[in-house]
Amino acid sequence: MKAEILNAILNARKNRLSVAVFTELSSGLQHIVARADADEALDKRFRFDQSGIEKSEAGESFVAIHNPPLRLVIIGAVHIAQSIIPMAQAANYDVTVIDPRGAFATGARFPGVTLIEDWPQDVLPKLGLDARTGFVALTHDPKIDDPALDLALRSEVFYIGALGSKKTQASRMERLKASGFDEAALARIHGPIGLKIGAVGAPEIAISIMAEMTQSLRLGG
Amino acid sequence: MDHSVLETAADWLGEKRQVALATVIETWGSAPQPIGSQLVIDGDGNFMGSVSGGCVEGAVITDALDVMKTGEPRILDFGVADETAWKVGLACGGKIRVYVEPLL
Repeated sequence: MKAEILNAILNARKNRLSVAVFTELSSGLQHIVARADADEALDKRFRFDQSGIEKSEAGESFVAIHNPPLRLVIIGAVHIAQSIIPMAQAANYDVTVIDPRGAFATGARFPGVTLIEDWPQDVLPKLGLDARTGFVALTHDPKIDDPALDLALRSEVFYIGALGSKKTQASRMERLKASGFDEAALARIHGPIGLKIGAVGAPEIAISIMAEMTQSLRLGG
Repeated sequence: MDHSVLETAADWLGEKRQVALATVIETWGSAPQPIGSQLVIDGDGNFMGSVSGGCVEGAVITDALDVMKTGEPRILDFGVADETAWKVGLACGGKIRVYVEPLL
């Protein structure tokens, strides 16, 4: 491996970009492909974190997938967030919780995560929402959730979930539509949040959310 | 992918050490480390990372030192079907294929 390839991998990691390194096994020749340039087969490898051998007429190549670590951004230092966090951490997500309300965003309630007591619209641009980040809005409070959803919709996050009943969801969609998002953009929001598994209580709702987020991560959409 | 291995590789390269990189490129059966697992080795035999959880590292390091000398990458096969590999201890019943390349 040439130093320039190694440095390109490390730079991609620093900038939270996914890259694949192809190594032609007969010659040792290597080249890098960014996720943005991936064909369908390679995109599947990215989604599944699946390095492996590809055979072609030219011989065998090893495809090494270099994905940045997964990240989960939670808007709302609420009860359900407390259930989601240990599950997300077990699934290798770095978790950040954002809530402007000091009474909610306390270290005692949220140990072991990055906890930011500030408005989402002030924090998220600095944080950078990218394709290896999942996003959930859990406050039910439009003045906290809406600006956060606005930024998530303009980003490449692989999952957007918003807590709230069908009614809450419908009025949320109306507000976001009024602010200029079309149907296709709004279809990215999973709401009511989570897979339909009949979840009862915060821990089971957290399971349904993690299941839905995993589905988006691995299968897309 | 274990990125701390690659960061170590870059650090060692920066220190003008000779460096080789070993990567698990294929596995069959109950291989101890997944595809993409990496081991970085320097010219003195220092290493970091893992390609097998300890079973075949010794053999990989020996080959890595040779790869640094020749500058030519090579592929190593370990598994129960291979008497030598059995001796070096991939006793878990799995098979792995490891690509060893110099860092230039």
